[in-house]
Amino acid sequence: MRIELDFIAVLLQWPLLAKGVLWTLGLTAISATIGLVLGTLCAWARSSGPLWLRWVVGAYVEIIRNTPFIVQLFFVFFGLPAAGVKLTPETASVIAMVINLGAYAAEIVRAGIDATPRGQFEAAASLALSRVQTFFHVVLPPALQKVWPALTSQIIIVMLGSAVCGQISTEELSYAANLIQSRNFRAFEAFIIATGIYLLLSIGVRALLNWAGPRYLFGGRRG
Amino acid sequence: MVDFSLWDIFRNLLLAARWTVGLSLMAFVGGGLVGLALLVARTARWPGAERLTAGYVQLFQGTPLLMQLFLAYFGLALFGVDTSAWTAAAVALTLYTSAFLVEIWRGCVAAVPKGQWEAAQSLALNFGEQLRYVVLPQATRIAIAPTVGFLVQVVKGTALASVIGFVELTKAGTMITNATSQPFLVYSCVALLYFALCFPVSLYARSLERKMNVQR
Repeated sequence: MRIELDFIAVLLQWPLLAKGVLWTLGLTAISATIGLVLGTLCAWARSSGPLWLRWVVGAYVEIIRNTPFIVQLFFVFFGLPAAGVKLTPETASVIAMVINLGAYAAEIVRAGIDATPRGQFEAAASLALSRVQTFFHVVLPPALQKVWPALTSQIIIVMLGSAVCGQISTEELSYAANLIQSRNFRAFEAFIIATGIYLLLSIGVRALLNWAGPRYLFGGRRG
Repeated sequence: MVDFSLWDIFRNLLLAARWTVGLSLMAFVGGGLVGLALLVARTARWPGAERLTAGYVQLFQGTPLLMQLFLAYFGLALFGVDTSAWTAAAVALTLYTSAFLVEIWRGCVAAVPKGQWEAAQSLALNFGEQLRYVVLPQATRIAIAPTVGFLVQVVKGTALASVIGFVELTKAGTMITNATSQPFLVYSCVALLYFALCFPVSLYARSLERKMNVQR
């Protein structure tokens, strides 16, 4: 038996692949930004919010963490329109990714917040900082620094998870691979190349976040 | 058109959930065996094994599970294996699971103090015996909580098998949605069933973790 592989046929469609990569990166960037903010707010609510809010956030975190992303995505894209909210595939993808990342990020950031020594709170109180000031200037930066590797991994998991968004015809990388293989029937080659690109993306994004985190997110203001 | 009552929807989803459970167990057991083999190869310091497993882990953790499923589906066919969606999903999920488990377990073996290895060595146990009687029993105790926790991720991972046409819970949800046009209701039920499967496992993993932390 001979196996013939024709990668060139796939690579000739590089504009499609490039567009897919841009969509994947764009979706990831938007949902990582909003997701981290959402996660931080939820972490704050869970560690020092009112009791009812802790309950709501706790339920949100558990529901998201114990159901598959694809079901969340289908629920947003197919389920919500039935309830009167119409969404484009791209908006639905971003919403699902944000909701998903928010739940995981909440748990991760909370772990960082819990690890803050008591003395830090006391020091902040003795400087007459308000609770909000204490949270954003004293508690959050070192907490983020501590859990940044975990957050980076989670962002990459969400990026890889976004491959599923092609199923609701968001034109990201896996959608591009699917489109190419439906044109030239080189399914295996198309998916090999897409997988290789995803691998490079996850290595690249990890390096980028490792570099950018300390510089722009939690390192700058101290010192 | 046949009318679906809420109970009809739920019952059909429940029936499909059996396949989610089956596929999860298959992937977990298969992945556990492959993972254990990789772990032994790595711990034994066979030449190249360390690099190979590191590459293996990076490959499966650094690419989408969906792509792995597609590659298994189309790749196995390329090699002349008659692939059903079940075979492809089982193969892909097994490899995916093994890559995560070997990484989790590697950490657990590394957490066993070095003196334990040396003590076992000084008793003239050979490598297999050191691993079997001294190191693995201790590593297992540390490994149980994170391993159970990972089971949740496997169950959620099986949902992607729906994309290559394997009829489990998610695919059944899509099919019932097409028949009833009640996506909101159906996907709520699907999510509820996944939650019912995963949440107890999550809670169990957390209680195991707490017990471990108290003991130490």
